[in-house]
Amino acid sequence: MRIVYSLIIEAAQIAVVLAVAPAFVGWVRMLKCRAQGRASAGILQPYRDLRRLFYKDVVLAGNASWIFRSAPYVAFGATVLAGAIIPVISTDLPLGLTADVIALVAVFAIARFFTALAGMDIGTAFGGMGSSREMMVASLAEPAMLMSVFTISLVAGSTTLSEMVRVITSGQFVFRPSMALALMAFVLIGIAETGRIPVDNPATHLELTMIHEAMVLEYSGRHLALIEWAGMIKLFLFASLGVALFVPWGIGGPHEVFMVPVAVVSLAIKLGIVGVCLVLVETRLAKMRIFQVPEFLGVAFILATLGMLSFFMLE
Amino acid sequence: MTAGLAVQINSVLAALILLTSFGLLVQRRIYGMLRLFAWQGAFLSLSTAIVGYTAGLHHLYISAALTLALKVFALPYILYVLIHRLEIKRDVEELVNIPTTMLIGIALVIFSYYLTAPIRELSTLITRSTLAVALATVMIGLLIMITRRKAVTQIIGFLALENGLFFAATSATYGMPLVVELGVALDILIAAFIFGIFFYHIRTSFDSLELKDMEKLKEDE
Repeated sequence: MRIVYSLIIEAAQIAVVLAVAPAFVGWVRMLKCRAQGRASAGILQPYRDLRRLFYKDVVLAGNASWIFRSAPYVAFGATVLAGAIIPVISTDLPLGLTADVIALVAVFAIARFFTALAGMDIGTAFGGMGSSREMMVASLAEPAMLMSVFTISLVAGSTTLSEMVRVITSGQFVFRPSMALALMAFVLIGIAETGRIPVDNPATHLELTMIHEAMVLEYSGRHLALIEWAGMIKLFLFASLGVALFVPWGIGGPHEVFMVPVAVVSLAIKLGIVGVCLVLVETRLAKMRIFQVPEFLGVAFILATLGMLSFFMLE
Repeated sequence: MTAGLAVQINSVLAALILLTSFGLLVQRRIYGMLRLFAWQGAFLSLSTAIVGYTAGLHHLYISAALTLALKVFALPYILYVLIHRLEIKRDVEELVNIPTTMLIGIALVIFSYYLTAPIRELSTLITRSTLAVALATVMIGLLIMITRRKAVTQIIGFLALENGLFFAATSATYGMPLVVELGVALDILIAAFIFGIFFYHIRTSFDSLELKDMEKLKEDE
């Protein structure tokens, strides 16, 4: 009976991830419009965009190989799998035990690897440029991300996300300098990984400043819809991973079915706040030059390393 | 406020002091360095006050007040006026590039952790764990002095080093006797004035505050 409950919760979580991710992006876009004094298209606009793209025909280049055609499905699948691992509404996830934090970073890397390959597949200049830039950012962001997550693993004594959430919520609240430094590092990495300002601009189609958009420039129709949806889910997942690691209070424990509505409400409140912070960052800062990105991520790495050191030194 | 909470807040402040040290190490703008230095002083003053409260040592309050007055307001102001008057270029030039400096900084932190580990085992004070951070702050202050080219930024490095020493005294022995601390505070203040006069003379005789121009002592040849 218990396994049935777990499976239901797992399915509910995947449904939440798929359904709520566009709304979160819509929320961020709406706030951004308000902050910049523009009229917004409303919180539901990403859903309309996705529906329109799904109805459109796919235009493929003549020399597109199977990599180009399969990459959207691989990227989308890997991102949804990550959504099944991260404890978004409950820690009672059967799939959560199959992969720990390190595997989670690898799952995100698979999605990025195939998107980068697809960017180079057609052979246009922009695709290759976008891929090379994306891999540069990724190669610097991943070690910093692992360091930041390891710091929390040290505090929790485990690398399994469900276990980390359980340990942090169960004990008494403690001020931990290591967690504060890891959080700062995580915010910087999250901005870089999800391609937000100041590292990348998600709304740009100016040729020379694109990173992620340059890579997926050749996609159209349902392929583009899947890639955009995967991007939205990724932003949603980074926000909820941050929530799960640093403010996990409210996420349901094992066999607490009654906690699911509470978890959904608390998730909505926390993500709303995350969205406001993200918009504040994005409207206050200008996009940095691409050659300043290594320094930005170097700072993230140093913060994460200091977090780890201060766990040993101060706690 | 219980002792456990005080220890937690103190270790958060220690982490912030370490963070501002790294900030000083990587900051490119001279006014940014001054602001970070003032923040470091503020964290140091707060930490001293908290240690004074938990240990019940009231002379630490005076030290905290002195730190607040001198290192948060007086010294940054004096340096600000100095930079403004002497019209020093606002960009800081470094000898080593920033990522390498940061990695050296991390290595210094690990080194000071190992160096203070035996002291930590022997000490019974509640502040014993922050000693490693204090030593790391001293070393990073030295690193700032080594990697910067201008005299003013070297002074900021020197003052950050002094912050580290002060923090080490608080965390290793609950601070030095009040007379010593008053003396040190006065010394620092007078040093700041002397630096100002020095800078003025250096600039009138060398036309710059770059260290590489000062290597030659004679004007002929």
